[in-house]
Amino acid sequence: MNSRDELLALLSENARYSTAELARLADMDEDVVEEEIAELEAKGALRGYQAVVDWDELDRERVRASVELNVTLDRETSYGDIADRIAKFPEVTTLRLMSGDYDFLMEVEGDSMSEVSWFISEKIAPIPEITQTVTHYVMDAYKENGIEFGDGDDDDRLSVSP
Amino acid sequence: MTIELSERARTIPPSGIRRFFELAEQQEDIISLGVGEPDFSAPWSAREAAIASLEAGKTSYTANRGKLELREAIAAHVDDHFDLAYDPDDEILVTTGVSEAVDLALRAIVDPGDTVAVAQPAYISYVPGAIFAGGDPLPVVTRREDEFKLTRDVLEDSGAAGADVLVMNYPNNPTGATMTREELEPVAEFAREHELTVLSDEVYARLSYEHDHTSIATLPGMRERTIVFNGFSKAYAMTGLRLGYAMGPPEVISAMNRIHQYTMLSAPTTPQYAAIEAIESCDDEVAEMREQYNRRRRFVLSRFEELGIDCFPASGAFYAFPESPWDESDAFAEALLEEEGVAVVPGTVFGEAGAGHLRVSYATGLGELREAMRRLESFLSR
Repeated sequence: MNSRDELLALLSENARYSTAELARLADMDEDVVEEEIAELEAKGALRGYQAVVDWDELDRERVRASVELNVTLDRETSYGDIADRIAKFPEVTTLRLMSGDYDFLMEVEGDSMSEVSWFISEKIAPIPEITQTVTHYVMDAYKENGIEFGDGDDDDRLSVSP
Repeated sequence: MTIELSERARTIPPSGIRRFFELAEQQEDIISLGVGEPDFSAPWSAREAAIASLEAGKTSYTANRGKLELREAIAAHVDDHFDLAYDPDDEILVTTGVSEAVDLALRAIVDPGDTVAVAQPAYISYVPGAIFAGGDPLPVVTRREDEFKLTRDVLEDSGAAGADVLVMNYPNNPTGATMTREELEPVAEFAREHELTVLSDEVYARLSYEHDHTSIATLPGMRERTIVFNGFSKAYAMTGLRLGYAMGPPEVISAMNRIHQYTMLSAPTTPQYAAIEAIESCDDEVAEMREQYNRRRRFVLSRFEELGIDCFPASGAFYAFPESPWDESDAFAEALLEEEGVAVVPGTVFGEAGAGHLRVSYATGLGELREAMRRLESFLSR
């Protein structure tokens, strides 16, 4: 692994590592770590750093839905144009163009089911290019962004062994 | 009536690690850097192969030497990775962990009164194994200034020229030392000159971070005088499945197998299925675990440097072997455990050669390592 890949692997694992820790773990100088990160951010390769929150543990209701979207294109309108329009809504957390039975898969988050439903029916469905929406509400999450939401496995190793 | 114990059982001292284990068990909320096994589980496909074998009812004995399919997989694997060529028919024996293999080898080649030189600091089983076989253990004390590598000097100084057997273990538990081909050459030369049989425990071979592992058996004139040990415990995180193997000249493997067939019959069957799968399809997982250990190694070594703790750059296994900040490593380890809840193992557990040092295992998640180092820092600053 080259040092840039190593840095990205570490940040993907835990974006809260400090520069000093990243330097230690990747065997790089702190200055070089800062430079690499600045460069990756500048070229748009590193787009952000986010927390993975299990809202259930806080007894907070977060309603999430995956919505399949079908669209029609014409000479003046591309997938990119439609995507730009949809992605601007802050309720939309993820938007991907898919192969298969539908065009876009959109993930939406809100405080209640009525809020999310209202958003889809009032803001998304009326967009002229959108011909169909199929909404799936999330019932439970077991793993997000590579992080499992279970209790984790206990370390059942002997505390001291040869 | 009480059963009278044999002299052997009465005189063999208990392992020093036991006492530390008991101390650690008494305490709540400890972070243990005292664990000699991976913190990962075996790769899922290997576990799945074990489960599938049970579902298919594969619960009978295997051949004494282990399943032929496994021995063939091992032969191909060691050829690929370490340039070792052994015939699966008569030069490989599958055992219940490397521990059994070392015991068998010592019993197969040591006569009462034979001298068994053991490079130390060393894993705790070699000396008792030599004693059980009737041999006289001779410590070969490696030195901090040589980064705990075996050198011609220490072999000569310890009187190993008169020994019959030399037991060595690189990458090393407890020091994390490794040896390059160039560094092994004088050791091989010494073994050839003095006609030593070499027992080389290479169970950490996949965990060498600065250079590819070289087996001493690949050096000129060494194959015929070396028994190589390896296993699945460390590289594939399969310690509890207890599976290792020995490779050597046919007559030695055959003698070991004779003892094995009476005492063990065959290594456990289920792990053999896991092991075949491990060799065939788990290289990516091994590489990923290795990468994680390497990161932690760099983290731990650089934290030691920051804290002013002297530690040579350990380059293998998952151990660092810093100098104890107090002269008495036992007292330091006990105080650190009691006051900060961080468990490390005093070097003396691995022979007198380990005095004044601590074995710090980094087979523990980075989060815990960070916290352990923070606690160590606060302990030292008092």
